[in-house]
Amino acid sequence: MAFVLDDVEEAMRDTARKWTREHAPVMQLRALRDARDTVGFSRAGWRELARLGLAGVTVPERWGGAGLGFAALGVVVEELGRTLATLPWLSSLMGTEALLGGASEAQRQAHLAAVCAGVRLMTLAHDEGHRHSRALPSTTATRSAGGFVLRGTKVMVLDGHVADAFVVSARDGEVTALFVVAAGARGLGIERSQVVDSRNAARLTLDGVTVREADRLGGAELLDRVLDRATIALSAEMLGSTVELFERTLLHLRTRRQFGVPIGSFQALQHRAAQLFCEIELLRSVVREALVAVDEGRSDVPRLACAAKARASDTFALCAAEAVQMHGGIGVTDELDVGLFFKRARVTAMLFGDAPYQRDRFARLEGY
Amino acid sequence: MSDFRGEVRAWLEANCPASMRSPCRGEAEWVWGGRRARFFSDDARLWLERMAARGWTAPTWPRQYGGGGLAPDEATILDEELRRIDARAPLKSFGLWMLGPVLLEFGSEEQRAEHLPKIVRGEIRWCQGYSETGAGSDLAALETRAVRDPSDDRTWIVDGHKIWTSHADKADWMFCLVRTDASATKHEGISFLLFDMQSPGVSVVPIRLISGASPFCQTFFDGVRVPAANLVGRPGQGWTIAKALLKHERALIAQARDTATAEEEPLEAMARRYDVLGDPLLRDRVTQANLDSLCFTLTLRRSAETAQSRGQPGPESSMQKLYGTELNKRRKELRVAIAGYRGIGWEEPGFAPEELQLVRDWLRSRANSIEGGTSEIQLNIIARRVLGLGDGRS
Repeated sequence: MAFVLDDVEEAMRDTARKWTREHAPVMQLRALRDARDTVGFSRAGWRELARLGLAGVTVPERWGGAGLGFAALGVVVEELGRTLATLPWLSSLMGTEALLGGASEAQRQAHLAAVCAGVRLMTLAHDEGHRHSRALPSTTATRSAGGFVLRGTKVMVLDGHVADAFVVSARDGEVTALFVVAAGARGLGIERSQVVDSRNAARLTLDGVTVREADRLGGAELLDRVLDRATIALSAEMLGSTVELFERTLLHLRTRRQFGVPIGSFQALQHRAAQLFCEIELLRSVVREALVAVDEGRSDVPRLACAAKARASDTFALCAAEAVQMHGGIGVTDELDVGLFFKRARVTAMLFGDAPYQRDRFARLEGY
Repeated sequence: MSDFRGEVRAWLEANCPASMRSPCRGEAEWVWGGRRARFFSDDARLWLERMAARGWTAPTWPRQYGGGGLAPDEATILDEELRRIDARAPLKSFGLWMLGPVLLEFGSEEQRAEHLPKIVRGEIRWCQGYSETGAGSDLAALETRAVRDPSDDRTWIVDGHKIWTSHADKADWMFCLVRTDASATKHEGISFLLFDMQSPGVSVVPIRLISGASPFCQTFFDGVRVPAANLVGRPGQGWTIAKALLKHERALIAQARDTATAEEEPLEAMARRYDVLGDPLLRDRVTQANLDSLCFTLTLRRSAETAQSRGQPGPESSMQKLYGTELNKRRKELRVAIAGYRGIGWEEPGFAPEELQLVRDWLRSRANSIEGGTSEIQLNIIARRVLGLGDGRS
């Protein structure tokens, strides 16, 4: 019964939904944006959520996490997606997954508990160009006495402006390597990026940052593992945003009246809404399958990550475009939340690779 | 392993002929039963007889009507064991898929006792008399009428015609929607009638489609006399029964499409064979179709799981017919696009048989989103029943 939520998951969803509506509503994103908040999310809210176990959902209990799987994580982040919460769950997931997949006992001791408690932020710094790529990074790791020197630039580093540490990808000769870099490292420049959806990101410059051999976590395999898992989790968040936006749009179609009738009684709009319903149902199925595949340790996780993200990118974008159009004039005003979803759809579509990227990678993984 | 699973496995091992343990190689190998039944092989006949004797052609129907009398979880086990050995369906039958469930719900004791055992054993082949030339999507506008014989009130006299009656030329009996009360409202004047296709006054003409010969027929009724006992439910209850039956039909069409894609050559293999993977647009269309098929298959599974655990299908079940048929059309279109000049042949010479089949399948697929309720009707249903978007009159 992999597709049907069990009782524990149902309870988690209810708790998460109640929590996000009270503590991280869309209104909060709007307030943070309008106040030009330097952090960009509620630190108190994040610590509170960490106390509930969300900062380390997938981290085993002995490292301070909740010891649950991705299926459970998906249930929770779907709810965070519903309110466009900017809490740093995705950056934390990438940080903890990198540590769990490649770090030494000492590194785990040093970081995991604090990240799970919500007092320390760790994120992945990988992308460099105008779009996501899994090719060998341009950032270089040059061997030096007792370690490496890192040089390069990183973009779209999620929550990078407030992170305490980074997992940085670099090329060590012809292979990819990941290194833990502290935010205060000499030679590391951090500049916040003001992204259109008000989710937080930064640009890093590594100008001769030195790291020790012990700071090295792993290579391309670990990077793929972290990115595939993050891609699947992000797809779950996108599902939540899409469903919420669709429900808001349906409510509008039922209540907005023109020509003396609800506009939802017009067949032109009914058919578009019904098409959208189908696309969203397909998205729900593939997201759930991908989450469960991670928990089952299946070999098709990379392919399902592509499948889920390709569909999430396309479906969220379609839903957002339809939502704006169906809301009419009010749909293009800043006053209405629909625009915030529209912006988030564009940014999440690009994160970890857009739909064409995912389809291309899926085809390659399938051998064609 | 449960006792039941063990019993099923042992029985199948002993009774399913070896040649029945592989998918059919084409529709010619299907077994439809009936008075004029044709069996592709002796094994096919034997397989039907053995399964029918256990009632396993209709696993969940009550034993008293020849069914298997299995509980739903036992039927699931039987299904799993049949799949495990790749067993062919012993019988394809509109009686099993459509009429039987409806008789169990609405039929009289006499009707069940008369018809169900013959359906289970594949002795009588049924066809469906629903659509008319003036009643397609607006099915309830049907005009075929049945009136009581003024001199014999135990007989209905049927006049009119039906269209899109699949296999009417091979069927023994028809279940038919007729108007029995011209003064009642559109939906309330309809009744559900069963009659023998050999009755005087019944004639059948096959229909050619854009894809060539087809199982579809047009069927004409000229003063056909039908015993009053052959009316299912009450006079005027026909529309309710028709809707119940359509649900079974739609589930069937969605499933059929799913199986069809499973048996075909993968799109990427075909694209490689025709050397078009270097075309980035075609390659992306192939991947898009594959991903959509994957998502659709997962959704069918989710739907089945939801129905099993909640006791009723979730909202996602309403999209199966719509999405399954639209996806199939897209895949067939893509196949002829991949084949290029090899995908536009009509007859030999000049084209290989599988290339000609490609074209026929492509043309035939255009009917998928029309038959059994058009895509537009499915969209209406989703919008109104699932999304709660009204018709504006309330």
